Amino acid sequence: MLPGWLIVAASFAYLLLLFAVAHFGDRRADQGRSIIDNPWVYSLSLAVYCTAWTYFGSVGRAASGGLWFLPTYLGPTLGLALAWLVVLKMIRIARSQRITSIADFVASRYGKSHLLGGLVTLIAVVGIVPYIALQLKAISSGYALLVGEHDSLFRVSAQGGWWQDGTLYIALTLAAFTVLFGTRHLDTTERHEGMVAAIAFESVVKLLAFLAVGIYVTYWLYDGFGDLYARALAVPELNDLLVFDGGGKLGYGGWFAHVLLAMLSIIFLPRQFQIAVVENVNEQHLRRATWAFPAYLLAINLFVLPIAIGGLLHFGQGTVDPDTFVLTLPMAHENAALALFVFIGGLSAATGMVIVEAIALSTMVCNDLVMPMLLRSRRLHLARERDLTGLLLGIRRGAIVLLLLLGYLYFRLAGEAYALVSIGLISFAAVAQFAPAVLGGMYWRGGTREGALAGLLAGFGVWAYTLLLPSFAKSGWLDSSFLEHGLFGLGWLKPEQLFGLAGWDNISHALFWSMVANIGAYVLVSLARVPTGAEATQGAAFVDVLRRAQSRPASFWRSGAEVRELLPLVARFLGQHRTEEAFRAYARAHGLDDVARLKADPELVHFAESLLAGAIGSASARVMVSTVVQEEPLGLDEVMDILDEASQVRAYSHQLEEKSRALEAATAELRAANEQLKELDRLKDDFMSSVTHELRTPLTSIRAFSEMMLEDPQIALEDRQRFLGIIVSETVRLTRLVNQVLDMAKIESGHAEWHNTDIDLCELVRHSVEATQQLFRDRAAVVQLHLPPSMPTLRADHDRLLQVMLNLLSNAAKFVPVGSGRVDVSLRCERDAGGARARVDVKDNGPGIDPAQQPVVFQKFRQGGDERSRPQGTGLGLPISRQIIEHFGGRLWLRSAPGDGATFSFELPLTSAPAE
Amino acid sequence: MNKKILIADDEQNIVISLEFLMKREGFDVVVANDGEEAVERIRSEHPDLVLLDVMMPKKTGFEVCQEVKADASLATVRILMLTAKGRDTEVAKGLALGADAYMTKPFSTRELVDKVRSLLEQ
Amino acid sequence: MRKGLAGQRLVAVFIAGLLLLNYPILSLFDRPLSLFGLPLLHVYLFVVWLALIVAAAWIVERGAR
Repeated sequence: MLPGWLIVAASFAYLLLLFAVAHFGDRRADQGRSIIDNPWVYSLSLAVYCTAWTYFGSVGRAASGGLWFLPTYLGPTLGLALAWLVVLKMIRIARSQRITSIADFVASRYGKSHLLGGLVTLIAVVGIVPYIALQLKAISSGYALLVGEHDSLFRVSAQGGWWQDGTLYIALTLAAFTVLFGTRHLDTTERHEGMVAAIAFESVVKLLAFLAVGIYVTYWLYDGFGDLYARALAVPELNDLLVFDGGGKLGYGGWFAHVLLAMLSIIFLPRQFQIAVVENVNEQHLRRATWAFPAYLLAINLFVLPIAIGGLLHFGQGTVDPDTFVLTLPMAHENAALALFVFIGGLSAATGMVIVEAIALSTMVCNDLVMPMLLRSRRLHLARERDLTGLLLGIRRGAIVLLLLLGYLYFRLAGEAYALVSIGLISFAAVAQFAPAVLGGMYWRGGTREGALAGLLAGFGVWAYTLLLPSFAKSGWLDSSFLEHGLFGLGWLKPEQLFGLAGWDNISHALFWSMVANIGAYVLVSLARVPTGAEATQGAAFVDVLRRAQSRPASFWRSGAEVRELLPLVARFLGQHRTEEAFRAYARAHGLDDVARLKADPELVHFAESLLAGAIGSASARVMVSTVVQEEPLGLDEVMDILDEASQVRAYSHQLEEKSRALEAATAELRAANEQLKELDRLKDDFMSSVTHELRTPLTSIRAFSEMMLEDPQIALEDRQRFLGIIVSETVRLTRLVNQVLDMAKIESGHAEWHNTDIDLCELVRHSVEATQQLFRDRAAVVQLHLPPSMPTLRADHDRLLQVMLNLLSNAAKFVPVGSGRVDVSLRCERDAGGARARVDVKDNGPGIDPAQQPVVFQKFRQGGDERSRPQGTGLGLPISRQIIEHFGGRLWLRSAPGDGATFSFELPLTSAPAE
Repeated sequence: MNKKILIADDEQNIVISLEFLMKREGFDVVVANDGEEAVERIRSEHPDLVLLDVMMPKKTGFEVCQEVKADASLATVRILMLTAKGRDTEVAKGLALGADAYMTKPFSTRELVDKVRSLLEQ
Repeated sequence: MRKGLAGQRLVAVFIAGLLLLNYPILSLFDRPLSLFGLPLLHVYLFVVWLALIVAAAWIVERGAR
């Protein structure tokens, strides 16, 4: 129909246009004026989801199952509704951890494990390579159709040897193209702005092409939707397409499983992860994508059924392959230009998928499969000084070529086989196995490396057994007997009816069992032990990423390293120029003008590690950095301590508030106590000062007289006698003072000795009055005793109580007027609710004590009354007396009115005596 | 003419000893037993020097000193303060109030006599 | 708290979509009826799909402003 050269030329022209777009995108990115920093571009680039499988296959599925092509697109619509929660978190995590692929994501989450990264990569490669093959097949059969290598039913003629096979050249061309797009240089973020721009452009092209053929079929060949459906209704065989499950083989459960599968694959397909997470330049773009990408899917699916119905109406059922309707309908109506455009659209869908998928997979293969092995081998370490950027790029490029060749190989082997036709959903089911490890890792801290490994292995194993092997068997590559009778003839091991679970379609069945195995193994194995320090660190970094500030907090590694070691290390993988640029930017961000002045703190180590992680994956970066950094990994306890600290900050601040309040209260108490202490100190000072004064005063007389008599022998004998008398009396005074001060100190400090006996108070009072008889006689005063006939005995220290009585009586004697003095001493027993008490009053008819002076007389060295008579007292008598009475649980007080004498009274409880 | 000295103290034994000491040194002696009496005697007797105790009833030695120094007619009266409280603050306070000298009890009789003589010679 | 609210609304859209696009509600529309000459089920699916997209668009674009 169309000459081959024209198609090839058009295809190359289109690819060149794509390359121009990509180049433009890269240049703008280098200039800092990104064209992909746009929510529309981001949304369109997500449409890499729509591959040749969509482009050609949707119509095929619609032609056989009616609405069953839809779950693949309804799932992403629902999934995108959650993107603002889930994908946003992934983007944040990827950014903070410099994650460049889904394998890296899983490896990084579970303690930067090489093993996990490798396993994820392996699953992805196994699951995706057939998918790549499908794209190659779509292009090659499309080409064959267009150039006319087909029979009247548009069946492509048999192919020749591989050297004649255009598909190989297509694969190689795409590989070259992908290498140019994806590995132009090494980037720390592994972003490919040019590629994203090209993908967005391709999305537009394939949508336009598909809409074009849709409109052509619906409105050109037929009279719109109504006409098509009316005609379909008229054909009994087509009626099945118009109801839910015309084929009757899948049911609603299958529908739900398909929706779920598509929902998962929109995130977990490596190319989707690459575009949605790794290539995202601004997380706000997610908002637009939430509805714009589903809208794109809606638009591209609008004409699927009409084209299917149109094709079936035109060609009839069971003739032309419905997968080719989009091409064969225009061709059958001799519209070669449209057919070419549709072919370009299909090419667009296929190349877009292949490019992104190959880049994503090559990154994974390089960072998670090849690099770990190289790092383990000796040669790399021997060649430490070599610049490794070339090696890295070489590995990636090699991986891309290899992947496409693998795809081609699969295509050659599978051909028209079932294994290729059904690969779309089988691929989805394979990548869905990443979901537990990834989602679990994002929301559950408890996941461990072994758990993730077990889950992935179990899920992948079940997937391989229930989907992959049966697809091989159906393709005739394996003996299909195990499909019908089960492995080893065991019925419950039938791959598509595992454990006898029948009545489900193979996809739902496989999804169910693989998820049971996957999630079960993940959770159970994870729960077998506590996460290690590395796992807990990463777990917290992933789970709490939204709660943390954008900048990552200090690393959980204690480290010591030097800038001059770190920089060359990074440069080996990233190239000198880029590395220096990155370090300079880092230094500038930290306010330093020179890289050499950077401190190699954990933050810088982390920075270097994340730079490396972008190039060689997190696990390998960890290994590389640890070669120059003497790090001791923190133990789990320490990591948990750090985390606890972070999460307890709120609790702490609350406690802190409480503490500060308590502190204020304590401060107030302390201040009060301090005041009290100061007061006590002042009192002590006063006491000391008073004691000093009382001691110095007699000493003054004694010294003065002694010196005078010593120096002057002329002093008359009479004076000498008088002076010596004074000296003696002052000495007596001094002695009494010293005794009383000591006495006071003993009582106050509680060191006084108390000799308690049963005391007859009548006898004691009488004795005290007799002892002071001479004092009163000197002043011609009368003492009247008022004693009860009998008195209960009291247990106390006899001498101490006598001391009190003598003190009170001598005080009274001091103050009674000479000649007319009268002192009444009375003793009685009182009883009331408080118990029985003995009471003693000593009443004089002296001048009395001024009310202002009354409290003072019980203070030390504060004597009341007439100063002239003071020399006889020390000022300690009353304070000591009060201490003694209080010691026995009683009280001593004074009642007096000026001019009307004074009465000193004390009472003592009779019921209880204090301890000895 | 003999110099006149007022002894102001409430401790009788100290008064006796000071009186004897001053008389022996050839001074005329007047005695006061409390602060108020001391002020009265100073005004009436115009002594050349006062041996002034700090701790006295009715008026403390500080008050007496302040009063004397505030009275221009008593400008010639020298004051030697005696105290049994040996604290530095007391000494500083007395000197600040205009006392000419300060001695703490118990004092050496010889030193006291020397101090009295030097004050009277000024 | 607009961001949080938008997130919750999107979850509501998700749940609504999950319900409307699956058994049993889906089965209610699986009848041999037609609307404007189109099969009821097809119209229903596309209308719900479109409604979900519009709802999501309303939520995120409103919040973005």
